[in-house]
Order: sequence, then C-alpha cells, then structure tokens
Amino acid sequence: MSDTTSQSSLTEKLLQRAAPGRAEFEDLVVVPIFAVIVALIVGAFIMLATAVDITTIGRSYVALLQGSLGSLNAVSETLTAAIPLVLAGLGLALGFRAGLFNIGAEGQVVVGGIAAVIVGFSMPGLPWIIHMPLALLAGAVAGGLYASIAGYLRAATGAHEVISTIMLNLISYRLLDYMLGLSWMQRPGRSDPVSKSVVSSAELPRLLTDIDPNLRLHAGIFLMIAAVIVVYWLLFKTKTGFEFRASGENPYAARYAGIRASLIIVLAMGTAGALAGLAGANQVLGVLDRTTPGFSAGIGFNAISVALLGRSHPIGVLFAGLLFGALEAGGRQMQVDAGVSIDLIGIIQSLIIVFIAAPLLVRAIFPWGFARPAGRRE
Amino acid sequence: MDVELRGITKRFGPVTANDNVNLTIRAGEVLGLLGENGAGKSTMMNILSGLYAPDEGEILIDGKPVRFEGPGDGIAAGIGMVHQHFMLVPVFTVAENVILGVEPTGRLDYLDIATARRQVRDINEKYGLQVNPDALIEDLPVGIQQRVEILKVLFRSAEVLILDEPTAVLTPQEVEEFFGIVKSLRDAGKAVVFITHKLHEILAISDRINVLRGGRITGEGDPKSLTENQLAEMMVGRPVSFDVARGPFKPGDTLLEVNDIVVLRDNDEVAVDHVSFHVRSGEVVGIAGVQGNGQSELIEALTGLMHVSSGEIDFLDNDITHASVRERHRLGMAHIPEDRHKSGMIGNFTIYENMVLDSYYEDRFSNGPNIKWPEVLRTAAQYAIDFDVRTPSVYLKADNLSGGNQQKMVVARELERVTKLVIASQPTRGLDVGSIEYIHGRLMNSRDEGDGVIIVSSELDEIMSLSDRVLVMFDGRIVAEFDAIAGPLDKNAIGLAMAGVAA
Repeated sequence: MSDTTSQSSLTEKLLQRAAPGRAEFEDLVVVPIFAVIVALIVGAFIMLATAVDITTIGRSYVALLQGSLGSLNAVSETLTAAIPLVLAGLGLALGFRAGLFNIGAEGQVVVGGIAAVIVGFSMPGLPWIIHMPLALLAGAVAGGLYASIAGYLRAATGAHEVISTIMLNLISYRLLDYMLGLSWMQRPGRSDPVSKSVVSSAELPRLLTDIDPNLRLHAGIFLMIAAVIVVYWLLFKTKTGFEFRASGENPYAARYAGIRASLIIVLAMGTAGALAGLAGANQVLGVLDRTTPGFSAGIGFNAISVALLGRSHPIGVLFAGLLFGALEAGGRQMQVDAGVSIDLIGIIQSLIIVFIAAPLLVRAIFPWGFARPAGRRE
Repeated sequence: MDVELRGITKRFGPVTANDNVNLTIRAGEVLGLLGENGAGKSTMMNILSGLYAPDEGEILIDGKPVRFEGPGDGIAAGIGMVHQHFMLVPVFTVAENVILGVEPTGRLDYLDIATARRQVRDINEKYGLQVNPDALIEDLPVGIQQRVEILKVLFRSAEVLILDEPTAVLTPQEVEEFFGIVKSLRDAGKAVVFITHKLHEILAISDRINVLRGGRITGEGDPKSLTENQLAEMMVGRPVSFDVARGPFKPGDTLLEVNDIVVLRDNDEVAVDHVSFHVRSGEVVGIAGVQGNGQSELIEALTGLMHVSSGEIDFLDNDITHASVRERHRLGMAHIPEDRHKSGMIGNFTIYENMVLDSYYEDRFSNGPNIKWPEVLRTAAQYAIDFDVRTPSVYLKADNLSGGNQQKMVVARELERVTKLVIASQPTRGLDVGSIEYIHGRLMNSRDEGDGVIIVSSELDEIMSLSDRVLVMFDGRIVAEFDAIAGPLDKNAIGLAMAGVAA
C-alpha cells in the first residue's frame, strides 16, 4: 500500500514543471526589450551623424510613439501594418522550426496577392460569404503551391531552399509585372500596370468606419488571431507539428523515428507558403483593393525579422509583428512631423535584429539587466 | 605541488552537483577519482581548473587559499586539464597546436616556431611521449592526439594534470601505453588526477582512490586492498552483480530471416557482403567485430535506414526488405541506435517528447491529428520511474541528463513498446556500471519474455556475457559463428575471427 502511494507521489514529482529558468526569461524577454532600446539609441546617433539637430530627434521619437499608439487612428494603423507581418512571420517561424530557412515569403506574398486579386475582381455577383473566403483561399493555395516548388526541389534533388526561394522571389516580381500588362487583368482605361479593383463582396470589411471613415483596420485582424492560434496548435499539439519540430531539431533522429523527411519538407514549405500567400491576399483584399508593382512592399522580408525576433514561437511572432507594425505606422508620423525619412525606421528595424542576433553584445551593454556576466557558464 | 579542495559545494539551479567535497591531490601520486556518470566528477574538475566558481568552499594550493576567476586561472596556477573531447586544430601540426595561445614570439609578433618545436621536443623526451612535433593532427591516431593534449598542458607548466575519462577513446593496446605515460608523469613529480568509471583501470593505475556518488565523496581507499566489487558498491551505493541473470534458453520460432543481403555505402563500397542469418524468439544473437566491418550498415539495413541492394529480409513472415522505418516499428521492431546523440534522441526536446519520439503516432498517444500530451506526460513519468531515469522532472531537456540517463531514456522508449525483436547497437557505450547492469538486465528480460534480441558491441566482454549465439563480422561478411549454449565461448577464437584470421 505504502509502496503504491510512494510510487504515485514519485510520478507527481516528475510531472512538476521545473520553474522556467532565469536564463530562459532573459533570452525571451529581456534581450529583445534591450535590443529595441539599443536600436533606438543607435538610430538617434545615426540621425545626429546626418546633421539632424537634437530637438528634431526628440520630436521624431515623440512622433514615433504618437503615430503608433497615440490615437485610435494610430493604433488602427499599427494593427493594419502588423496583420500581414504576423501572417507571413508565422509561416516563416513554422519553416524555421522544421529546419527550413525560407527566404521566399516575399514571392509567396506576391503570388498570393495575385491569386486573391484575380478571384476578387473576376467573380462579381457572388455573395460575400462565399466570395471573400474564396479569394483568401486562392491566395493561400497559390502561396502554398509556390513555396512547395522550393520544398519539392529540396526534397527531391537537395537544392537548397535559400537559393531556390530567392530565385522564386525574382520570378514572382517579373510574373507580377507581366500579368499587370495582360488585357484581362489590367484596369480598363489605364496604361500603367494596375490591376482591376477587387469588388466589394471580396473585400475584407473595415471594422471601425462607424467611428471614423478613415480608420483602415479591417477584418484581417481576425484572420491574424486565428492564424496565431492555429499555428500554435499545429506546432505544439499535433503529430504533424511534432514531426516538423523533430525534423528541424535533428533530422537524423527524425529519420530514425520513422518520420519521412521529404514529406515533411514539402508539407512545411507548403504551409509556410500558404500563410505568406494569405498575407498577400490580406493586403490586397483589406488594404490595397488592387495590385501594383511592388505592392508586397517588403512584407516577406520584414516577416523574416519578425519570425526571428519572435523566436519562431507563434506568440512571439504576434508581439514582434505588432512591434514592427508600430514602427511602420509611427515611422510615417515621424516623417510627417519631424521630416525624418522613413528609411530610418528600416535602419532601426534592422538594428533590432542585429542586436537580437548578438545577445552577448546586449548583455555586455546592459550587464546589470542579467543574472551573471556573459560567457561565464558553458 | 599539492592541491586541496575544502568543503566545495556547487549547485546548478535545483541540482547540487558537488556537496561539501574534500579532496587532496599530492605531487608524485596518481589519484583515481571514480564515479558514475552524473556523480559530479566533471563539475569538480571544472571547479579545479577555474571553469566554474564554487558556491561554497575553498581551494588551497600548497596550503595557501586561491581564488580562480576564469578558465585561464587554473592553468596559470599549474593545474591543467585534459578533456575527454580533444580540442585540437586538425590542420595544424603538433607543435602549432601545443603553442596555440601561448606562442613564443619575437619582435613584431614574429612567430618563433623553431623555439616552439625545440620546447615540444624537450617535453617529449622528458616524459617519453614519442610524438613527432611536425606531424599534422588529422594524420594522427586518437591515442597520439591525446598525448598532444597532455603535451599542451605540460607546455603550460602544469604541475597537476587532470585526465577526464582518458581511456574512453583508446584501444586496449593504447591504454597500456597510456598507463606508461601516466606513470612517467607521476615519477617526474607531477600530480595526476585520473577520472574514470572503469574499475579495473582505476585499480591498475591509481596510488589512492576516491569514490564520488551523488556529489559527495563516499569512499576512499588503497587500490592494493580494494576489489572491483567493493569499489562498484561504493560507486553505485548497493552491491553490483557483474553476471547477467538469465532464464533458461528456450528458443522459439524464427522471427527474423536475413537472406544473402548486400548493402552499399554512399560511395558504392560494399559494406555488407552477402550476409545471411536468422534470429529466433527468446535468443540473444551477438554480433562481434572490430568497428567498421559492416555492423553499423547491417543494423541500418535491418531497421530500414539503409537501402538493401540485393537479398531479402523477412520479419514475422513479412518481406520487409524495402519496408519503411515506420512499418518495421509497427511490426514490433525496437531499435536502440549506436549513437544516441546523433539519432537516438533530440537534445533540445524535453524528456517526455523524447520518450515518444518514435511512438507519438500510436493510438495510445494520439487522437486524430492531436497528440494526447497529458497521456504522454503520464506515460513518460512512468517510464522514467520504471527505467530508473534520474531526473527532477520530465519537462527537463534531454541534453541536461547525464549520458547514462539519456541512454536509459532511449532504452525505456524502445523496450516499453510491444516488441518482438530488439536491436541494440552499442547499448552501453560510455556508461557506468550501474547503468550497464541495469540495461543488460532489461535486455535479458526481453529475451526471457520471448523477444529476439540482436546486440552489436565493440566490447567483446559485453557480447560474451549476453549472447546465446555469437556471429563475427569481418570485412562485411559473417566469418564465424559461435554457440554459447553448447559450451562456454572461446574468447580467443572470437578475437582471432574478429581479426580476420580464418578459424
């Protein structure tokens, strides 16, 4: 009797989760926060070095804050900018977890956008309950298939996905340019490359126009929240997610465990591409209403930063995407109020990633923020 | 130079790796430090070499307390460590490796390689190391590379040498030569700390023995008056049996039939050359052979990880020659892989995830696309208890376990399934006595319950103590078969067959 009780108490003990270590907390929370602070400080120095005076620098950072969080409109802009970044970032995070370094989100955003806009303008008369989901689906499928090409090449021939996705990005740009000149795609009466507009039944409806018709926040935000939940579920609760993560962590062990590596590669690339394609569709159906050359605006590349900053974790990607969205919305305000170029925001975003990638540097700059000096433990 | 550790305590989070340890190291003496994996030997030596700072206690050198702030301080004080894993630059020569970091330089940072070579040669001669200072590291066998590591610490004027599991990578002949070097170091007045979990070695080389268990010193003694059994008991904390208990030999039906298979390596070399054998229910078939004679490829072909070029493998009357890994698992094949770090586990996954690494898809752990994590957790905790995997929690990353516990985790995962055939490759490599005894017992259990068992090991003793039948592989072929049931195995004959001498 006492034997069974001691046995079950032993089981209890093993099932207790060890308190998350201080080091883990530092890596996930403290380092990113400090990275953002350092990036802002270095950004100020860059402005200083380019002969911007101190008061303007101060004003520009105030504008950054106001433009991202200072008003309802600012928050709406932040969220609107964050939606595609989170969607594409989730796809990239999923790929990273499976050991795939997918650089091709940009191209997947483009083909996703193309597919969504075609469905969006070519089927007038459909009820919105069918038309909008169909357009979104088209974007996801197109992005997924496009990414699967790189996945298939990797699985079947060993061609590295970094190379093939970069090339697919280039192909997608030219594909977009080419298609925008096609007679059935180009907007009637225009000679410049602009697609026809999406009909209203395919649009992602704006949510806050009752308060102010200028608020751009649209229903894509629900898509974003749903995607965070689905990717979290997929990665951490399902067999497929377990296979993704096992393949990414240790492909030999995954093979030993009977996981089919080639299938996983194609599947992970396909899912990642679908999310990026969804990001493209979201832009087209929620913000732009049409496609133009360069409509993807670097979302696929910024999403790489978002996925890295979010440590390839769905929740992390959500917060990272919101941060980048805030920087983008605030950056525009900065340009208007202080006359500082929005390019500076690009510099700050990149600096954040540099500091995230160099945690030891951040630890060295803020030694008091961490439990022990860098490099002492193995 | 004498070194004394006084009341050293070191904690890593909730784990106390060293608990109030006292240890004395004397010049001109070999101190044997014995302990299981995870007993705290390496932590203690890392404290001594300055890599870790102790939480409590002090280090005294020749009676004077010292304080080490970093890894450089240990060697500066004359304490040099030779790690189990070498830290050498393969494309550099011996002399270049030895001087790396403390290069003798002239004006304008001119590298004085001639002086370096002369100094290396002097040390060489003094201790009889017999290493050519101009040889490239990548051309040297492991045993000589180890001497280069020793040269490195001697070059940095170490008076105390800590050797961490130095024999793990050596062949029996190399071990003999290595002992000669250790003795010459001792006779030259150096203090040597010899860390190991191999009992016969510690008895052969030490002048004094300390036994560490659970972070504490549990025994101290004179090798002349101690036996292996006494040492093992001190180390494990209970009497240890070196004989494997086994039930009567009752072979049943043939489970696995391998018929004339050929397996090619990636470069089209023949790895397995027309091999045929069978395994019956309730028997242990040992595959002996010097490493690299096709055993690894044979196992990978049996488990579906390597392609079979010709021939046939039948398992439970199914032709599985080209079946997937997963199909073989489903049929009841368990595989304990030879390299747990490379393929047996995922270090960055938790213990519970590793416990279902190849069974997560089974109905008991999954429901549609979902994995039943509560069920996985409960089962993993049960496995950990059943197989004595020592860990504070199943949420811990597998990397944080000691080698023995990692292996027990792998064995638990494989044997807790419904199995028909257990394929164990190097099941106890690098493990301590306690874990070896345990894993051997579990494998025998599988045999007594009617499973077929295949054991591949480079330790002939292990093969001989477990097998009912021994096959010897040489150059891709099975060159000899020995039956342990008919009479005791002839170690000599097996050894000759392993060397390729026709019986």
